[in-house]
Amino acid sequence: MKRKFIVGALLVAFTTLAQADITVGVTLSATGPAASLGIPEKNSVSLLPTTIAGQKVNYIVLDDASDTTTAVKNTRKLISENKVDVVIGSTITPNSLAMVDVVAEAETPMISMAASARIIDPTNPKTKWVFKTPQNDTHMSTAIIEHMINSGVKTVAFIGFNDAYGEGWFQEFSKIAEVRKLKIVANERYSRADTSVTGQVLKIVAAKPDAVLIAGAGTPAALPQVALQERKYAGKYYQTHGVANNDFLRVGGKNVEGTFLPAGPMLVAAQLPNDNPVKKSALAYTQKYEAAYGKGNVATFGGHAWDAGLLLEAAVPAALKKGQPGTKEFRAALRDGLEGVKDLPGAHGVFNMSPGDHLGFDQRARVMVQIQNGAWVLVK
Amino acid sequence: MDLQIALLLGQDGITNGAIYALLSLALVLVFAVTRVIFIPQGEFVAFGALTLASFQAGKTPGTLWLLLGAGFVVAIVDLVVAWRRRKWRRVPAILGWNLVYPALMAGLILSIEPSKWPLLAQISLALALVVPLGPMMYRLAFQPLAEAPVLVLLIVSVAVHLVLVGLGLVFFGAEGSRAASFSDVSLDIGEFSITGQTLAVVLTSGVLIVVLYQFFGRSLYGKALRATAINRTGARLMGISTVMAGKLSFLLAAGIGALSGILIAPITTVYYDTGFLIGLKGFVGAIIGGLASYPVAAVGAVAVGLLESYSSFYASAFKEVIVFTLIIPMLLWRSLTTRHVEEES
Repeated sequence: MKRKFIVGALLVAFTTLAQADITVGVTLSATGPAASLGIPEKNSVSLLPTTIAGQKVNYIVLDDASDTTTAVKNTRKLISENKVDVVIGSTITPNSLAMVDVVAEAETPMISMAASARIIDPTNPKTKWVFKTPQNDTHMSTAIIEHMINSGVKTVAFIGFNDAYGEGWFQEFSKIAEVRKLKIVANERYSRADTSVTGQVLKIVAAKPDAVLIAGAGTPAALPQVALQERKYAGKYYQTHGVANNDFLRVGGKNVEGTFLPAGPMLVAAQLPNDNPVKKSALAYTQKYEAAYGKGNVATFGGHAWDAGLLLEAAVPAALKKGQPGTKEFRAALRDGLEGVKDLPGAHGVFNMSPGDHLGFDQRARVMVQIQNGAWVLVK
Repeated sequence: MDLQIALLLGQDGITNGAIYALLSLALVLVFAVTRVIFIPQGEFVAFGALTLASFQAGKTPGTLWLLLGAGFVVAIVDLVVAWRRRKWRRVPAILGWNLVYPALMAGLILSIEPSKWPLLAQISLALALVVPLGPMMYRLAFQPLAEAPVLVLLIVSVAVHLVLVGLGLVFFGAEGSRAASFSDVSLDIGEFSITGQTLAVVLTSGVLIVVLYQFFGRSLYGKALRATAINRTGARLMGISTVMAGKLSFLLAAGIGALSGILIAPITTVYYDTGFLIGLKGFVGAIIGGLASYPVAAVGAVAVGLLESYSSFYASAFKEVIVFTLIIPMLLWRSLTTRHVEEES
């Protein structure tokens, strides 16, 4: 009996020793349609801190191929097999939404890198465990509409991806546009793999809008703009923050000159005024990324993964006092810690979390940017 | 919709339809000769376009490494077979095509800068790099299974497609590329203008279809392919090598695919996975032709292009749905009108 007790005690001791490291599970879309977002995120995860408050941090990175089912499978695997303390991911909204149920059931905090505000919808009790780092679509669409109204735009045409991204943008955009008396004269969709958008573009040109908003991500967003240019459309062009990488400039070339878009301040970090609180933290990330992966390769999407790391760095020290990593207490304390993050400057803005807002960004998390001479220029 | 919009949409539809027509011809060809439903067809489109774009961007395309690797594996497999059967006379040809040729290409591409070459030379180089992958793919994936049922061949075909898409992501990255336009000329007829690129696509497709027609009608190899398509066993008894027929059909399919890719590269942004959807629309055309008739497949593919173009104007959100729903009435019509021949197993 006594011996059994000792063996048991030893076992407990060993398991706690073996699980003393903090385990972070990451699932992201490094392949599939969202690969252009997932790859810089994956690169950024390898730059995240390996020790926090003297405690070793292990990262387990899985690829979900931009597929919802795989993202859920990965999350279950990370929680049940790897016993992770926190899940980071996934890259895109559909995947993140599907993961919410899994992490809530296992009472494990999750930090999503996808844009939609629905992921952290405070009216859903399950989102108690869910946080996210990218700006909401609302942040970005208010910025666009503000800019449109200030430059005298009265009518606007919308063309977006025929998926959750385009649909989400249209809902946000049309809601605010209605309030601000901006008329949407055309609403078109195209898919990422389309080789031609002539039909949609002809319809837009025929509606004669003052401006066109293209809601696409990455290089596919260049296609409608090139087609509009070919049809000699002379109005203003707006893109979304989904295009903020250098490949878009490469593919768009002269055709995207003069385009306006809202973006995280990280995109133009060096041009920010010195008193901007985000400048320092954004530059820190940019420099670290470029040192590891080459100059000019940094993309704003990677910043969301970096910000997830910053949030952990801020929340873990207090949580360690309440429980050992690997235990339920630690996970709960970590969740509370994440919810209590205040005034933390990240690559994309300043986090001020609260129970009603698991993102915590304000107006400082976005700037308007114009493409001038093939470069991103801050609009003042 | 006024006349001008209708004409522009028609022009767009015919341009895309011409590409789908080429791909549907290749699909019919491969299926008739080898009974393989050639899903990786689209990857040749993407590889052709992206290889050309890499040359123009001054990068070494990843397809070069694929050619070297595939050539190496084919050489080993073929050498083992030749050694077992003591057919030493084959060795020089095996080494020449699978090791020396890729090595020469590598030497050529690495020593010169293709970005400074004229467009035609870049296109030839891209074709020379991508097209040999077709017969190599046949040798590795399909030749050992040549007698397997259609379903097994289809499953292997899906597997090959997935492997190539994965390699495409590694080689070319997640973001797309565009190639420089062939010509900036545009023909103006009244208010209606036709771009040089559209003309290039339609003319090339037309010429290629005529060349293929002549090839099948007049040349010995073309007749051998047709004979294999009509009756495999009979063709073999007449001394036509089915392996040769298989490799030749894959060579043609790869050539058509890569050329289609090169044709669309200046019109649109091509991604590592763009080819699949384009190939699928060619497949709808091929289905309309019952995977047997070349002219019906070509007409069907152009119809797909036109349908796609007009539906993108009227209901852009449902474009893909409309295009792919077309397959259902077509299958119904075909299964009601054609007599079903039991496949011999």
